[in-house]
Amino acid sequence: MYAQMIKTASTGVKSREEMTEEERRFQDRIDAGEKIEPKDWMPDDYRATLIRQIGQHAHSEIVGQLPEGNWITRAPTLERKAILLAKVQDEAGHGLYLYCAAETLGVSRDELTEDLLSGKMKYSSIFNYPTLTWADIGAVGWLVDGAAIMNQVPLQRTSFGPYSRAMIRICKEESFHQRQGYDIMMKMAQGTPEQKRMAQDALNRFWYPSLMMFGPSDKDSIHSAQSMAWKIKINTNDELRQKFVDQTVPQAEYLGLSVPDENLKWNEETGHYDFTQPDWTEFFDVIKGNGPCNTDRMAARNKAWDEGKWVRDGLLAHARKRAARVAAE
Amino acid sequence: MKNEWPLWEVFIRGQHGLSHRHVGSLHAPDAEMAIKNARDVYTRRNEGVSIWVVKAADIAASSPSDKGPLYEPSQSKVYRHPTFFDIPEDVGAM
Ligand SMILES: [Fe+2]
Ligand SMILES: [Fe+2]
Ligand SMILES: [Fe+2]
Repeated sequence: MYAQMIKTASTGVKSREEMTEEERRFQDRIDAGEKIEPKDWMPDDYRATLIRQIGQHAHSEIVGQLPEGNWITRAPTLERKAILLAKVQDEAGHGLYLYCAAETLGVSRDELTEDLLSGKMKYSSIFNYPTLTWADIGAVGWLVDGAAIMNQVPLQRTSFGPYSRAMIRICKEESFHQRQGYDIMMKMAQGTPEQKRMAQDALNRFWYPSLMMFGPSDKDSIHSAQSMAWKIKINTNDELRQKFVDQTVPQAEYLGLSVPDENLKWNEETGHYDFTQPDWTEFFDVIKGNGPCNTDRMAARNKAWDEGKWVRDGLLAHARKRAARVAAE
Repeated sequence: MKNEWPLWEVFIRGQHGLSHRHVGSLHAPDAEMAIKNARDVYTRRNEGVSIWVVKAADIAASSPSDKGPLYEPSQSKVYRHPTFFDIPEDVGAM
């Protein structure tokens, strides 16, 4: 997902007997559906895992602006340009809501930013793929935001209050993102043969990377079992991926496009589509830094941070001087 | 000196007459910029017609461990709710 492969900071789910008194009380509150708030007691591992997860989610929103930003100046009409600009601005907002949620856990914004820029913290693998044509902007909204919604809707019920509230805000804004993407796809798919070819090509290139967004199967992972007990993960990666495929295939059919998977087939028995898994070797390679755009993305974020330094410093110096002047009066 | 912009808590009042409500936080060098940023981050869809910003460091908050002494006393005072009193229907709306 936007937060993929989060290593839960723990050695697996503890039985009630293994828990301390405090841990038992904490787990009871979560089981009762209570929200955990920043000043409440929480296990160190819960805090550490959440910082990783929310931080990675925030970084994904921020880096996710880059592939779409690539097309703002080249959008086909003024209206499409305004829409794309609004969509990308939303993603910046999502990043900010999430950074704020992470900061309530005791990490600073600068620490989070520095960990992204040094490569210590990751962002979603999906944003390391290029957006080569205008149809890609359609595919990103439809598939990438569509996959994000799959994961974010259940997270509105997550146990950590600030994270849950950020998710609620984000979910309210996401459906615009997916619909504007699908709207682009409809236009392209109903357009000239060449436009339709571009739409098909975009689907071909974004299908498997979108499936990778949910991360490798984790149904047997002790880490994910702990995260689920803490309600900071609600579904397994496979459950969400299946749900995404089931929802998306009919949408592709409506467009008259074909999903690039020869084994894709409706399964009467399970009531789900059977489909081919993405190439997990490619996934791990992209995570390691070897995707088509990793270098570009990191360079762009580092450049923005370095070249913005004089602005950040200047505004702060101005604010401090003015505050000192007021204090002296 | 630490060069991170301070954290501000943001409160927004919507158009329907309800009080300002906490919506989140953001970093800004001063109050003026905090309001400008709050407008961009928290009111992109007509969520509000008035913004308050307060430096997070200036907020005093009750502590979770005081939950008992602070809030339990009101639990036993059910007579503070109108439904505590049975008024015969014949009396009419009240
Ligand atoms: Fe987003
Ligand atoms: Fe997104
Ligand atoms: Fe989005």
